[in-house]
Amino acid sequence: MNSFAENLFDEDDKVKASNVVVEGKVDIRHGPILYMEDVSVSFDGFKALNKLSLFIDAGELRCMIGPNGAGKTTMMDVITGKTKPDTGSVFFGQTIDLLEMDEPAIAQAGICRKFQKPSVFDALSVFENLELALKTNKGAWKTLFFRLTGEQRDRIGEVMETVGLTALAHSRAGILSHGQKQWLEIGMLLMQEPKVMLVDEPIAGMTHQEIERTAELLLSLQGERSLVVVEHDMEFVRSIARKVTVLHEGSVLTEGTMDEVQNDPRVIQVYLGG
Amino acid sequence: MTLFNPTRCQALLALLMLVFSLAAHSDPQPAPQPWLDALDTLKQGSMPEREKAIMQLADIKDAHNLAILQALLDSKLFITKTDARLVIGTDNHQGFDLSDAVSGASLGAVGHDALTKINLTNKMRGTLRKIIGELELSADDPKVRLAAVKAMAKEADEKAISLLRERAGQEQDEAVREAIKVALLLQDMDSEDKAVRIMAIEGLKAYDSQEAANRLNAMLEKDENGEYSEPDADVRNLAKASLTNINNRLQLYGSIETIFFGLSLGAVLVLSAIGLAITFGVMGVINMAHGELMMLGAYTTYVIQQLMPNYLGVSVIIAIPAAFVISALAGIAIERGIIRFLYGRPLETLLATFGVSLILQQSVRSIFSPLNRSVATPEWMSGSWQINDFLSLTWNRFYILVFCLLVFVLLLQILKRTSLGLEVRAVAQNRKMAKAMGIPTARVDAMTFGLGSGIAGVAGVALSQITNVGPNLGQAYIVDSFMVVVFGGVGNLLGTLVAGFSLGIANKFLEPFAGAVLAKILVLVFIILFIQKRPRGLFPQKGRAADS
Amino acid sequence: MKLLTLATQDKTCATVLMVLAAVTFIIPLCNLLTPADSPLHFSAYTVSLVGKYLTFALLGMSLDLVWGYCGILALGHGAFFALGGYAMGMYLMRQIGTRGVYGDPLLPDFMVFLNWKELPWYWFGFDNFGFAMLMVVLAPGALAFVFGWLAFRSRVTGVYLSIITQALTYALLLAFFRNEMGFGGNNGLTDFKDILGFNIQSENVRSVLFFLSGLALIIAFLLCRWITNTKLGRVVTAIRDQESRVRFLGYRVEMFKLWIFVFAAMLAGVAGALYVPQVGIINPSEFTPLNSLEIVVWVAMGGRGTLYGAIIGAVVVNFSKTVLTGLMPDAWLFILGGLFVVITVLLPDGIVGLMRRNIRSKQA
Repeated sequence: MNSFAENLFDEDDKVKASNVVVEGKVDIRHGPILYMEDVSVSFDGFKALNKLSLFIDAGELRCMIGPNGAGKTTMMDVITGKTKPDTGSVFFGQTIDLLEMDEPAIAQAGICRKFQKPSVFDALSVFENLELALKTNKGAWKTLFFRLTGEQRDRIGEVMETVGLTALAHSRAGILSHGQKQWLEIGMLLMQEPKVMLVDEPIAGMTHQEIERTAELLLSLQGERSLVVVEHDMEFVRSIARKVTVLHEGSVLTEGTMDEVQNDPRVIQVYLGG
Repeated sequence: MTLFNPTRCQALLALLMLVFSLAAHSDPQPAPQPWLDALDTLKQGSMPEREKAIMQLADIKDAHNLAILQALLDSKLFITKTDARLVIGTDNHQGFDLSDAVSGASLGAVGHDALTKINLTNKMRGTLRKIIGELELSADDPKVRLAAVKAMAKEADEKAISLLRERAGQEQDEAVREAIKVALLLQDMDSEDKAVRIMAIEGLKAYDSQEAANRLNAMLEKDENGEYSEPDADVRNLAKASLTNINNRLQLYGSIETIFFGLSLGAVLVLSAIGLAITFGVMGVINMAHGELMMLGAYTTYVIQQLMPNYLGVSVIIAIPAAFVISALAGIAIERGIIRFLYGRPLETLLATFGVSLILQQSVRSIFSPLNRSVATPEWMSGSWQINDFLSLTWNRFYILVFCLLVFVLLLQILKRTSLGLEVRAVAQNRKMAKAMGIPTARVDAMTFGLGSGIAGVAGVALSQITNVGPNLGQAYIVDSFMVVVFGGVGNLLGTLVAGFSLGIANKFLEPFAGAVLAKILVLVFIILFIQKRPRGLFPQKGRAADS
Repeated sequence: MKLLTLATQDKTCATVLMVLAAVTFIIPLCNLLTPADSPLHFSAYTVSLVGKYLTFALLGMSLDLVWGYCGILALGHGAFFALGGYAMGMYLMRQIGTRGVYGDPLLPDFMVFLNWKELPWYWFGFDNFGFAMLMVVLAPGALAFVFGWLAFRSRVTGVYLSIITQALTYALLLAFFRNEMGFGGNNGLTDFKDILGFNIQSENVRSVLFFLSGLALIIAFLLCRWITNTKLGRVVTAIRDQESRVRFLGYRVEMFKLWIFVFAAMLAGVAGALYVPQVGIINPSEFTPLNSLEIVVWVAMGGRGTLYGAIIGAVVVNFSKTVLTGLMPDAWLFILGGLFVVITVLLPDGIVGLMRRNIRSKQA
């Protein structure tokens, strides 16, 4: 309630100060940037996540695979605050408890998400979509009187260049192809300058060349940012992954390199012998 | 679907039998000669002869005779000036509606000056009153006897007491016997003997008698000299304790009554909401014309009553399936004509169906009249169930409560057991999948909507029994029924039931403190706040599907 | 100036603005400057009728901001209009002074009638015009704030929100019907004498009120135009289309909804305050759910999400209502009901959408 009232008068949305050692900074001194421990979620008796434990290191690119219903999307829902788990803990760095925060707060703290179904704003132009995603003060009054600085304009141009949508800057996002929408959404993620990017099925509906460029883009981002990529396309996963986590029935089945994972008899069992 | 319910059939049968037995009862019986002679004397004779005639009539134990004596006491017995016939006349402001005193046949209306009243002296009135009491006390109908005992208990004299004592020995009916006991005990409260008074108070403890409470109160009152009307302190203390006892019970009965009123209001809410729970909860369609479909049901009842004015009792029963069919057809027409173009656009559906509701309202206004029509309540539904002096429950509300539960169970069975129900649930859970499995989704949509609308019509029949039937009938209930559905949890029929009853009871419990309007506002505000806390209602649907 | 350039980018929008300006200036001037028998003279009836339409247009536009841009189908918007109207009505009641039937210097007639001995606390200050005008925006604003704060924070959306907004105005309707509330119960507030010392019945005052209504509409239109073209406007549109996505971009959706809801409620309050002195009465019937739904029809009829569509819709629907209820009183509800159905099924973009389609097909 308090933060709500503050927000009215356009205070910056701060990450819960008490949880942070250095305000606004994520404490990654111990390595991992994202901790999930013993997280369980159930819907009407169905365990979508079952004591899932997962650690993502700072700067890492992690691929997640698993059959349908393994809990990949639910895991992202929990991290981004959409679903509150029944048990378990989720920390961002050492100190920021994500379970105490709602979606906007988590997004502002630096965890951003691309959805399985491309979610861009059809009624707005490509430029405007990116402008909305821009990392800046997101209070209502500040937004009302917001004006783009030259620097910010350049930054939007840069991102449009990266995702190859410069020519379509002033077209409505609604007319983009499926693959272009995927890219626009990735572009929106970049605009937010996140520390952790959760990318759900980024290459669905893309042509072969587009897939290659996406792989390049994701690879170029690791190190600076941490990425968690969920994808069904094994070819694609092989082309970008160092470390792969296999989810099955809501918990981690195995972790390792693509080769290790693919030769693991349990994984073969899950995928082929259901 | 409600047509072929076995319980409904039995009810219909019972009702038909009732109608026949009533008809048989009013057959004219041959009049005995002494009676006719006495009546003749009454008509012609002087005052002393009249008195004699009254005494003669006193020996004839017959319901019809009783009615004549009652009319005589109420100054309703007349002699026509033209043909000197003995008639009973009821004042209708312009003149009198006449019926023949002997045969009971109706004789039409006459002016005020066409009749001569049969006058009585005060002494004769007193005698008459006692005679009537006696006659009533030995009447065949236990209800009449009960009323007579209660009347006598209020102002009993020696004669009445001895009559009551006499009757107590031979009375067969349990309730009447108890009433006589109470009357005698009340009499004992005036006794000179302290022990008898104490016994009477002790004895009365077990009965819920308004008269006993009044007497006890009177005992504790002081006269102008500051003296208690009951001189003995022991008796007074006992009376005080006994009174508290009665008051506690009174409070209990009050609560029971409030709960009953709440349940019956809840029943109305549930009836109006379960149709909505189907269209809104199962299909996700907001039907703002739902209230008007109820209104159609209520008007159907009205029309059927107009068509068969002599069979009031049956007309309500016939109206149930008729209203179901009419509202269901209207609902199907709305679904096929408008709503199916708007699936997946709930806000637009809301607006379009609101338009339909305006059109239906105005149609009713144009066809019938903007004024309220009154639908008569059949005899078997009117009156009340008098449990004791303090607690009586009206039959119409009681029946609606039962009816509501019946409809609810039936609906649950339809959804659970029939193939339509299975298809409905399948389409509600996953429309695309259901379609792929070969379920004709369009037909199922129409049927589901028809079912929900039909139930609205049936609710309208129930409403016509407790409120005025007018063009605004639907509007008055639409907000409430949405509240019930939302409060109970969308897509959950049981939730609707619980929500309806709890809102009904809450409303009735608030009313004494806050007044009807404020109670309603408070309940509305409560629901608004409740939805803030639990946006999915009392019994939410869970899971990923619920999010979309 | 920036507001004007914004407004004139779109041709239809510029036309609407010009017509509005013309109406706002010409009608009162003609009324004041020409003699009563001149063909250019508008009767007092016409002036107050069109003046009423202008306030409805403002009301419709404020709903368009909430519904057309933010996607909140508010079915209780009439409540804010009514609250603004009551605030104005309270000022006008206090102005009556000793000229009431009972001649009480402090208490309005209905309070004397109810045997009230003193003015309820919430009537204090309403003898001051400035305070009353502040209340015209603050009362609806505060209600919208509290309600919106509760509703948006707990993420009540879609039809649920629509229904509880309807319940809100329904509850207020019941409340204002009560004499104990101290707002004149069933009869509401009426028999106004003057405003700021001028006779409220006089033609001059009516013309001025008309002019102010037009002016308020133009200013509000430019303001809304500006808001919808800021980043806030774009966030709000984004919320309408994909609420949860906006949240994941780090915006507090509830704050934006609240902002727009409260702003629209205040505009509705202003509309109500301008409406009351022109029609001379405010009573609880303004709270009926049907009234709020009629506003929705204006907006849907004109074309939502365009602002000027709401203005066109409000004027067209209300003009038809005036004409038709005069000709065939029974037919109006049929037509209104039919409008709901036809617009939602056949004309989802309203008149503006129809015009655009025409223009496009001509160009092609």
